[in-house]
Amino acid sequence: MEPFTTLNAVAAPLDIANIDTDRIIPARFLRQPRSAGYHHWLFHDLREKGGFVLDRPEFKAARILVAAENFGCGSSREGAVWALAGAGLRAWIAPSFGDIFFENSFKNGLLPVILAADKVARLRKLLADKPGSQVTIDLAAQTVAYPDGSLETFDVDPFRKECLLNGWDEIDLTLQHQKAITDYERRHTS
Amino acid sequence: MSQTLYEKIWTAHEVASGPGGRSLLYVDRHLLHDGSFHAFEALRNAGRKVRRPDLCLATPGHYVPTRNRADHIADPMVRGKMEMLIENTGAAGIRHFGMDDARQGIVHVIGPEQGFTQPGVTLVCGDSHTSTHGALGAMAFGIGASEVAHVLATQTLWARRAKTLRINVSGSLAAGVHSKDVILAIIARISAAGGAGHALEYAGPAIRALSMEARLTICNMSIEAGARCGMIAPDDTTYQYLHGRPFAPKGADWDRALARWRQLPSDAAARFDREVDLDGNALVPMVTWGTSPEDALPVNAVVPEAKPDTLHYMGLRPGQPLEGLAVDRVFIGSCTNSRLEDLRIAAAVVKGRKAMIPAMVVPGSGLVKQAAEAEGLDRIFLEAGLEWLAPGCSMCVGMNGDLVDAGLRCASTSNRNFEGRQGKGARTHLMSPAMAAAAAVTGRITDVRRLLSH
Repeated sequence: MEPFTTLNAVAAPLDIANIDTDRIIPARFLRQPRSAGYHHWLFHDLREKGGFVLDRPEFKAARILVAAENFGCGSSREGAVWALAGAGLRAWIAPSFGDIFFENSFKNGLLPVILAADKVARLRKLLADKPGSQVTIDLAAQTVAYPDGSLETFDVDPFRKECLLNGWDEIDLTLQHQKAITDYERRHTS
Repeated sequence: MSQTLYEKIWTAHEVASGPGGRSLLYVDRHLLHDGSFHAFEALRNAGRKVRRPDLCLATPGHYVPTRNRADHIADPMVRGKMEMLIENTGAAGIRHFGMDDARQGIVHVIGPEQGFTQPGVTLVCGDSHTSTHGALGAMAFGIGASEVAHVLATQTLWARRAKTLRINVSGSLAAGVHSKDVILAIIARISAAGGAGHALEYAGPAIRALSMEARLTICNMSIEAGARCGMIAPDDTTYQYLHGRPFAPKGADWDRALARWRQLPSDAAARFDREVDLDGNALVPMVTWGTSPEDALPVNAVVPEAKPDTLHYMGLRPGQPLEGLAVDRVFIGSCTNSRLEDLRIAAAVVKGRKAMIPAMVVPGSGLVKQAAEAEGLDRIFLEAGLEWLAPGCSMCVGMNGDLVDAGLRCASTSNRNFEGRQGKGARTHLMSPAMAAAAAVTGRITDVRRLLSH
């Protein structure tokens, strides 16, 4: 997996709460194999209305999405994460995320960042006021640098952080516990 | 030390601990379905094997057709999904209930039905509604495709202990009020993100009084409150339900299991991180008006002020009464409400009446379908003009092509009213099977209690 260290990129604001995985990519497109490229249908129904933020020229190069509460709620379909990643996005910032989507992001070497709602709202406003502005996420330092130069820090699970920084495959890590798993299986009844 | 049900199961499944307070948890049961192909592909690409095929159970639900089952599946994409599941489970030696097997169905219906789901186990599935299984006192949660691959390869999962939230529902439910109304009221109360980071435990007299099937409906929608996992302590209702099912322990094993299960309920002195109380006596039939399950209101309420986008999508204006709203389609089914009891409740409402609008009834499994037919429920639905179809997820998610057309309003017993969930532009109103049946025979959102009193 590609390590995630520092990301300096255009960030796009998306001010809609409770964006569920069906809106990120409607389920009806997931009958396609992943090789078809799920990014073709990223935010499909929202985009059809026209004027969607990622379709505006200033945000074409966006690699960071700044969303609202409960982003990625709903289904466990990892297609939502793959659709975002396929479109070149690598990090998403929001006050809260759907739990399963949050986990799925890490598994794909992508970074979900939780900041307080007012801080995320301020960032969305900065990005809306100056479309095309860049944001820098430094995972090692756990900071987000806003376009106006201000700096916010965020929490990240140390285990997830290590995996991302090194691009580690989690299954390989877990298999180091092979003996513990086998021992557990011997003594466990269920 | 006093522990909650969740904490007891968690502690019993810790294999190792990792940095940042993570634990490597052992997974006792793994359900797979026709959407699990991504995980098998990832496993194959990495050259890994399935560690414990004996702990897996697979059945197709998401893509399966609900009509003309016997025919060749025309859509090559859908046919491919069925074939992939057969190949993947066959190669790994995983039990598979295929489309021609009476035991096929929605994973969250067949897990409990087969007795595969049991109190005290950890159970996962690559589907967010895995929270359903918590109704039997299991710790069950949905995972993504990468995590499915991880479980297949290692039979474990890294996880962080969730906070605990107990939801106490007091009193008893009035006639015409069902467990779907309870869970919609809970989500409306705590919000669609209210349970995030928490394991929910539903408790109190109104929950205790529920049948096993009604409890499954409650836990099913835990994820709609943002919680990956929702549980109900096992009790005699649970044990009576499980006894004699194919995967349930037998003979002396049953007695040993029962002794173990009786230790599971949260200790009287156990502390929860949060508690929420709800008055079961005050609950009435609920309906959603918006595009999040938290947008639920009593059927006699009016559409509230809301974001113009949402109101526009739903074709509603503030102040409009929910009751009386014309409906175009009815869907009775999904992992939330497709069990025998749900079908009995719906049949009791439509019996002797006629459907005013197209309505589908999709049982959750082949065995539910058989049982319903054995007691004549299919005849009641068909005579009332409803469609009686083959088991699967169907119009809850529309992956098999059972979709609602843009702009049409659907009374649905499913779990999500998200924009586009049942089809592009589809307007979903979530409700109980009783309420959906009432909508079918009146063509409108109707308080089912009006039909019961006649």
